[in-house]
Amino acid sequence: MSFDLLKERRAQVVRNNRDRAVALDCNKASAAGSVSQRACTFCGSRVVLYPIADALHLVHGPVGCAAYTWDIRGALSSGPELHRISCSTDMREREVVFGGEQRLEASLRRLIAQHSPRAAFVYGTCIVGVIGDDVPAVCKRVEADVGIPVIPVLAEGFRGTKRDGYNAACGALLTLIGTGDTTAVKPHSINLLGDFNVAGESWIIRKYFEEMGIEVVSVLTGDGRVDEIRRAHGARLSVVQCAGSMTPLAKAMQERYGIPFIRVSFFGIEDTADALYRTAERMENLEVMGRARALVSREITRVLPELRACKNALAGKRAGLYVGGAFKAFSLVRALRQLGVSVVLAGTQTGSQEEYQELQSVCDEDTVIVDDTNPLELASFLVEKDVDVFIGGVKERPIAYKLGIGFCDHNHERKVALAGFEGALAFAREVRATATSPIWNLMPRRMRAAATPMGDKP
Amino acid sequence: MSCAAVKGTVPIVHSSAKPDATVNPCTLCAPLGATLATVGVRGAVPLLHGAQGCATYIRRYLISHFREPMDVASSSFGEAQTVFGGEDNLGRALDNVLAQYHPELVTVATTCLAETIGDDVPLLLTRYRNRTSSALPLVHAATPSYKDGHVEGFHAMVYALVKALACNKGVPARAVNLLPPLVSPADLRHLREIVAGFDVAATVLPDYADRLDGVILGAWGAGELCSPRTIAGGFGEAERSERGRVAGGGPKGKANPPRVPISNQYRALPDGGTRLVDIAAMPRALASIDLTLTGRAPRASKLLADRGAPARVLGLPIGVRATDAMIEALSDLTGAGRPAWLLGERGRLLDAYADGHKYVFGARVGLYGDPEFVAALAGFLLEIGARPVFCATGARNRALPEALTALPAGSVDEVLDDTDFESIGAACGRHKPDLLIGNSKGYRLAHSLGIPLLRVGFPIHDRLGAGRILHVGYRGTTRLFDELVNALLQHKQDASAVGFSYL
Repeated sequence: MSFDLLKERRAQVVRNNRDRAVALDCNKASAAGSVSQRACTFCGSRVVLYPIADALHLVHGPVGCAAYTWDIRGALSSGPELHRISCSTDMREREVVFGGEQRLEASLRRLIAQHSPRAAFVYGTCIVGVIGDDVPAVCKRVEADVGIPVIPVLAEGFRGTKRDGYNAACGALLTLIGTGDTTAVKPHSINLLGDFNVAGESWIIRKYFEEMGIEVVSVLTGDGRVDEIRRAHGARLSVVQCAGSMTPLAKAMQERYGIPFIRVSFFGIEDTADALYRTAERMENLEVMGRARALVSREITRVLPELRACKNALAGKRAGLYVGGAFKAFSLVRALRQLGVSVVLAGTQTGSQEEYQELQSVCDEDTVIVDDTNPLELASFLVEKDVDVFIGGVKERPIAYKLGIGFCDHNHERKVALAGFEGALAFAREVRATATSPIWNLMPRRMRAAATPMGDKP
Repeated sequence: MSCAAVKGTVPIVHSSAKPDATVNPCTLCAPLGATLATVGVRGAVPLLHGAQGCATYIRRYLISHFREPMDVASSSFGEAQTVFGGEDNLGRALDNVLAQYHPELVTVATTCLAETIGDDVPLLLTRYRNRTSSALPLVHAATPSYKDGHVEGFHAMVYALVKALACNKGVPARAVNLLPPLVSPADLRHLREIVAGFDVAATVLPDYADRLDGVILGAWGAGELCSPRTIAGGFGEAERSERGRVAGGGPKGKANPPRVPISNQYRALPDGGTRLVDIAAMPRALASIDLTLTGRAPRASKLLADRGAPARVLGLPIGVRATDAMIEALSDLTGAGRPAWLLGERGRLLDAYADGHKYVFGARVGLYGDPEFVAALAGFLLEIGARPVFCATGARNRALPEALTALPAGSVDEVLDDTDFESIGAACGRHKPDLLIGNSKGYRLAHSLGIPLLRVGFPIHDRLGAGRILHVGYRGTTRLFDELVNALLQHKQDASAVGFSYL
């Protein structure tokens, strides 16, 4: 490798040694000037609560923070779409000097009257934390008048990492949970935590559980509804998908309401089957388990032939991945292995010490494992490991393309559902399309190696 | 809040900032504009002084539009910096940017947070310079978003660059300064081409055409390039010292590897951008052609005029008349004749107008976006017989209403200044446009109204090729006119059960 890592980042990169896991330095503030791919604490809170479609989401601060998060996630709703508008108190110099409470209150009252939301979330941004607006007091005052929960989410950008923002969002959800009527909740029931219904993924998963005879009391927060969240404490089990963001909530629900939780993933057929079986097991009902078996066997039979074809086309390809949380990384390593693709580079924005240990255990020998990386490091690793397909988000996309490497978006903005069995197939198709496209044979990287000038037949 | 002003016989309503919430903003934040202006300088790295998220949101946004790498550094404030000041982090950020990028220039734009806690960035930069005895130019622009949006941030950074760097007052040079607003790489390239047609050098500031109009340079296989200059956009100049600006690829420390073709390498700082030496020489130019509308903010061209290069302030050249004005100015300044190829392009535009005039006559168009685009497009629409029923911008510099007063009375029904899409939606209800022209942010509005959207300007994140959209000159106007006519034709065709195949 010809690229020098910044001194303060050296402990955040390891080359995997399966016999001897190295403790990776992580869960700390990004190095100044490193060009981290991470966003901020505010972003963490915003993305988790964003999909709640019948709540008002008001960003208290200057206009940018709301502008950048307008319709930013492909989180779909089956009904109201209040989450898809961008509301900002658009603080100006006057508010910075004299305080923004008045403007916040006026904004809340106007927007609540106009849109009749079932709850309102008020997100604090950096300068609100500095000038000391009493956001909780304003929320309380408005709540008393309008009769819906008005919940402050104080995760100012500078308060910590994105993970701290997730915690703030979990805290906000906890103020709603436990306030609804649970008498109608069926005995076999779950909450699905950490699925955001990007491209309709919650719908796929919900459909599976319904077929198994399990009631999904609430999805936190995909296609989310305030009234469903309020009765989430009535469920028997928390099924946690995006564990990075939702583990604090799952733990709190266990403590407060005695609801146990399991960590699962719906990315890849193995993990999806495992998730359904483990959920069924916890229902302690043979009929539910029987239905799960039938469902899994039917779905696998349906998708396996084309998955095999993709695997043949992808034989020997190498993948790199850089994602938000570690649990998605574990899943992707397994899903790619199923497709005959080995992961030679794996990184996350927000992984913890234990999560990186697990990542090292699922990854192959000599895989580059990296925490909170930056574009230059990624480019250097992609070249070093001769990656064929890179999996990440929009910010990683041009790095791959500039190097003549395929790319698959596994972040908020994807428009194709990648969860569940049909999602696993969609993922395989996308990986195949991008890794084997004939266009790469025209690029400098592949010009010498272009043995099959026409590439893969789509 | 609206106050009605009377211009001629038709009221123009200035709907300025609301007393409460902004819903669906029609602007992005000031540091985004400063960032984009920065990457228009060769070897420049933008650094945002504040929390990490600002840099990341801006990167994501610019990448969605340009589909190009966009590395923006941050001083990554935490709670400690917020309380005690960001000097240490700024210093570390500069150190790390220098170590990773080997830049020729770093700009520091401030976020709301740094401005609110009152960090004195010019002082911090001076102290950094003294401490490190670095000769690297550091340029600062104050860009708090509680004051400004991306348009003003863009202008603020261009002004700061000129103020700090355009200091060479030597012998006059046969060159023209061109100060464009936030236009596409294709626009920048065409503006350069137009100026070059008058046999005069152009210093375009900022010029991010080559940096943000992605090129993957391969080669035809064996064989030499006849001359690096034959590659459009001056890539030949990239042959000069590389200063370690490549991650991956060749072994470290070796002398300059062959530069064209670029092989398996990631360009940490892509080539292109206005050279510092050219910025320095701007005061020596024949003149500055300033295509921006800065409203209340000072103009970079005024500063250059004070330093020796007189300013010509023109509208963005969209439409026959606006482009004619630029051609005339160039001809006048350079004393050179008008190039025949431009006359050809003008002729083809007039021919297109003749072919399509009936389709657009009386068409009611809602315009929104950056002031320069909206003002220029209003002029274009009037020139072809369409009607700009409203002109809207989220910019706060008051430039749009000011520019529109130059139009004949009654040209525009309503002006929305410092507005949002909630207000623009309401204006659609009042004026019933047949079509919207603006960026991707208006798509859902157009979709809900069942009318076409012609995408122009920034940001365009729901289509491919935003950087390749040519808006300016006779050529760009011809393309816009075709697109406009075709959008109206398609709408009519789609709505008809007959299925006409000749229109």
